[in-house]
Amino acid sequence: MADNKDRPGDVQPGQGAAEAGADSIDKGKRRTLIAWTGAAGAVAGIGVAAPFVMSMFPSARARAAGAPVEIDLGKLEPGMMITEEWRGKPVWILRRTDGMIERVPETDKLVADPDSRQPMQPDYARNELRSIKPDYLVLVGICTHLGCSPSPKLEVGEASGLGAGWSGGFFCPCHGSKFDLAGRVYKGAPAPSNLEVPPHTYLSDTRLLVGEDSKRS
Amino acid sequence: MGLLNSLLGWVDERFPLTSTWKQHLSEYYAPKNFNFWYFFGALSLLVLVIQIVSGIFLTMHYKPDAEQAFASVEYIMRDVSWGWLIRYIHSTGASMFFLVVYLHMFRALLYGSYRKPRELLWIVGMLIYMCLMAEAFFGYLLPWGQMSYWGAQVIVNLFAAVPFVGPDLAIWIRGDYVVSDATLNRFFAFHVIAVPLALLGLVAAHLVALHEVGSNNPDGIEIKKKKDPKTGIPLDGIPFHPYYTVKDMFGVTVFLAVFTAIVFFAPEMGGYFLEHNNFVPADPLKTPAHIAPVWYFTPFYSILRAVPPMFGSQFPGVLAMGASVIIMFLLPWLDRSPVKSIRYRGAVYKSALTLFVVVFILLGYLGTEPTNVWGQFGPWLGNADRATVVARIGTVVYFLFFVLMPWYTRIDRTSPEPERVTS
Repeated sequence: MADNKDRPGDVQPGQGAAEAGADSIDKGKRRTLIAWTGAAGAVAGIGVAAPFVMSMFPSARARAAGAPVEIDLGKLEPGMMITEEWRGKPVWILRRTDGMIERVPETDKLVADPDSRQPMQPDYARNELRSIKPDYLVLVGICTHLGCSPSPKLEVGEASGLGAGWSGGFFCPCHGSKFDLAGRVYKGAPAPSNLEVPPHTYLSDTRLLVGEDSKRS
Repeated sequence: MGLLNSLLGWVDERFPLTSTWKQHLSEYYAPKNFNFWYFFGALSLLVLVIQIVSGIFLTMHYKPDAEQAFASVEYIMRDVSWGWLIRYIHSTGASMFFLVVYLHMFRALLYGSYRKPRELLWIVGMLIYMCLMAEAFFGYLLPWGQMSYWGAQVIVNLFAAVPFVGPDLAIWIRGDYVVSDATLNRFFAFHVIAVPLALLGLVAAHLVALHEVGSNNPDGIEIKKKKDPKTGIPLDGIPFHPYYTVKDMFGVTVFLAVFTAIVFFAPEMGGYFLEHNNFVPADPLKTPAHIAPVWYFTPFYSILRAVPPMFGSQFPGVLAMGASVIIMFLLPWLDRSPVKSIRYRGAVYKSALTLFVVVFILLGYLGTEPTNVWGQFGPWLGNADRATVVARIGTVVYFLFFVLMPWYTRIDRTSPEPERVTS
């Protein structure tokens, strides 16, 4: 490289100090500028990515279709059951009588998951009766086996058509899965788990909201 | 001739055409002792092209809409001229892609192709493999059959098992509270644009990395160590073109004979390439009795099922499945043997690799079957499913192959590598 002595920027001996200062590089300043430009670019990048990431969440239409459903329980007498629809699935609300509530512990030894260990319910419904209030049982009415809809068999004994030992519950006609009055699956049934308790909360004594957890609990 | 040469000269002054040709083909020197196992790199490139071309033509008739997807696939099969052929090429291509890639990866295990200086080559290859799994998973939802739907349901729910953010993450992936039209539409976008672009970029990087370090060979020695002093060409190297282009064309011919035989005579491959349940339209209210992924995912699915829920969560199983893939990235650093090739390794590595292959195939088989396929053990083992117990043992062996590798490759009794490649 002997022949390019006159490369601009090279400081030659004998040149003025002022000229050398003008041509020399302030590396500290350059690093700072690069760092700040890079940081600003990264912030802008995250900002631009956000709308794309957010666009993948459920759209307003999907949210509306999956919105919580408000149900009036005012006319539901003890022992009655109603079926409502939430996210395209049947939701049962059974108002259990005192007799029904007393019969739930009787089936503890007959059901596969008496303590509701499997996550088929929100934490606030992970109790003996699988409900927030003892009398109201809220279930998704779809068999956990192959998605048939079981039938309520709330009578006790022979009247139910399920034999003298039956203490009330639900029976799936497709493959014979049985569930008790807390939606717990009987041992030996083809269904692998208890009926699902959907997220739900009480807006007042007679108004139930299915599809949303209570903000307070 | 003069005109063509001057045209080439004109191009070369503006674009590195001749030099690129030389660098990657006519003057890329590959070891002269490549054997059968060296077909599968070129064949995976071939299948990639087959999938892209057949995929483009399927896109012309397919409708990514939950209402129309299933019917549009049947429309391709029945009404589109030669549509059945194009679709069977694409569905067979998916399985064959995994087959050749698995054989390509097994070659690396045989001859230590992931060892220094090819660590990055291996890592890029693993990224390609993961892209391929994503591509296959997204593509499998598109026919909107029962297995498409419930397979996607099961896999997306795996993300729901992630602590804290899981449920929101699953909703974000699906774009809805259940697998739905929104999910189908975005999986289509991933399948036809996002993942293929990433795949092509990674394949390019894989080739660049390979041609930088040079190919390994069945002896696992570096041919660049012995060069002709005059030309600088490795003594054991031969130009890729024409020697290996011709060899690969022979491989392509044999491969295509097998490929077309499957396309014409056994496109469903007894339910392994196209699952029977997927000929039923997706029904969100009806779960199939037995949900299994396609065969190329089943070893990992077996590992997922083998790990029991812990602390009331499925997450440990999900972690194990993820780890079973991720751990392969570490191979270049787990292997401490002084030699690369199986030819000079001792009985210990040979047994370990054999056991690994047996376990991989066994886990793969079990993943296609329900867990009660072999019945139950007696009460002495708590009536446990035999298949589950075997899958658990297999899972442990699978991980031990990697975890113990630094130890058993070091104590293995190896023989000395030759100076030059053998036949």
